[in-house]
Amino acid sequence: MSEPSDGLAENDGTQFARLPATAAEREIAGRATREAVLEFWDERYGIDSTVFADYTFWEKGSRKLWAFRGEIDSPIAIESLGITFLRTRQEHWKPTTDAVQRFGRHASRNVLTLSREAARRFVAGEDQEIEWDGDWGYLIVAHDLAGAREPLGVGLYLHGELRSQIPKGRRREL
Amino acid sequence: MDVLSRYEPLIDDFGAFRAACERPLPSVVRVNGIKATPERARTALEEEGIDYEPCEWHPRLLRLDTDHPGRTWGAFHGWFHGQEEVSALPARVCDPEPGERVWAACAAPGGKATQLAARADDAGLVVANDRNLGRLSALRFNAERLGVTSMAVTNRDARNYSLAPFDFDAFDRSLCDVPCSCEGTIRKNPDALDQWSVGYLDEIASTQEAILRRAIQATRSGGAVVYSTCTFAPEENEAVLDGVLDSENCRLVDFNCALDSRPGITEWEGERFDPSVERAKRIYPHLNDTGGFFCAKLEVGG
Repeated sequence: MSEPSDGLAENDGTQFARLPATAAEREIAGRATREAVLEFWDERYGIDSTVFADYTFWEKGSRKLWAFRGEIDSPIAIESLGITFLRTRQEHWKPTTDAVQRFGRHASRNVLTLSREAARRFVAGEDQEIEWDGDWGYLIVAHDLAGAREPLGVGLYLHGELRSQIPKGRRREL
Repeated sequence: MDVLSRYEPLIDDFGAFRAACERPLPSVVRVNGIKATPERARTALEEEGIDYEPCEWHPRLLRLDTDHPGRTWGAFHGWFHGQEEVSALPARVCDPEPGERVWAACAAPGGKATQLAARADDAGLVVANDRNLGRLSALRFNAERLGVTSMAVTNRDARNYSLAPFDFDAFDRSLCDVPCSCEGTIRKNPDALDQWSVGYLDEIASTQEAILRRAIQATRSGGAVVYSTCTFAPEENEAVLDGVLDSENCRLVDFNCALDSRPGITEWEGERFDPSVERAKRIYPHLNDTGGFFCAKLEVGG
């Protein structure tokens, strides 16, 4: 894949750089800001920004964001920092499976709760016809387990179909 | 060569030891407190109809009545991590608090390092290092599945580890769960002893000592370093401790271990070790029906 043409060539894929707080503090064109990330989770999924109060957000290469609990000097050249969190390369931002499993319990919007059988197909990586009256796009997909709703991962909902976004390595036949 | 027979002089009931080494281990999972309470994790198993039995010494460890602990809802959600029972010991002995910085020197594939993060409520900093890039990807996969957000992963040689990427100059605690001859894993890997050799023993012992030495140097005065292996070989256990006690500013300390254990040995094949190595613990498979293990705790400075 080639680099996007909006100045991101400056984005260094060998080190983690902390996201700027706001657009005014941005030094690399096109880089997401902390403000925009918090707004995304709040607007799209109803996850309040206080959930991320102890977290710093980082980018390492191609607009993949990471969430790290704590503070550390930026930039830092290491293998990983916290968990992969959000992909911001495309127009529609896409949360990772791991981020949704970690933070999705706090969501109040765009959460699709599946039956056990549909959940089974979803974690096996299958696409399925599902009725859903809400927004299209990337949804938090959940099921009920041990007395509460529990997020499974991300699904892409389009034209009456839920497309499982569970990565190959995380799929299971349950 | 019958490797295990070299340990006959160390073990009271060698027949029971041998018999235990030949039995397979039960499936054990650790409940990951970052994502689930033990109560909820148990309820999920009950809903799936999987029988379990808690390990008495560690409320977060469950013995499962299934050969496929990975094929459960709890595993998919990262509520469980398959981990041999005895290998849950060193993170408990290291026992980090929220806000503390911990170094896991040889962290892949991550069972113990993720346990360290969970013990600190995912609110400290675990720097998880491993020299092997392939194993490191397993560590990253496990850490993300378990929802560990307080971990930084590095890919360096622990023997000359540099804290240069970080904005601090010492850890509060370190865990050296070093590469070893792995005899204690014989119940899990029946071919664990196929590659065993005295030559490897000598080579790995010097690596182990260099890693432990670096951990002591990288830990603040008053901090703790835990040293663990899954081998019975005194060359890789007490002799390594004896080597660093001579030259580094540290001492062995007592620690509680809810598992039945035997003290470290002070003499082996004519060599005598510092008497304080008795504070280390040897865990043989027949004592608690687990794998074999060795664990020691050191205090830095003073």
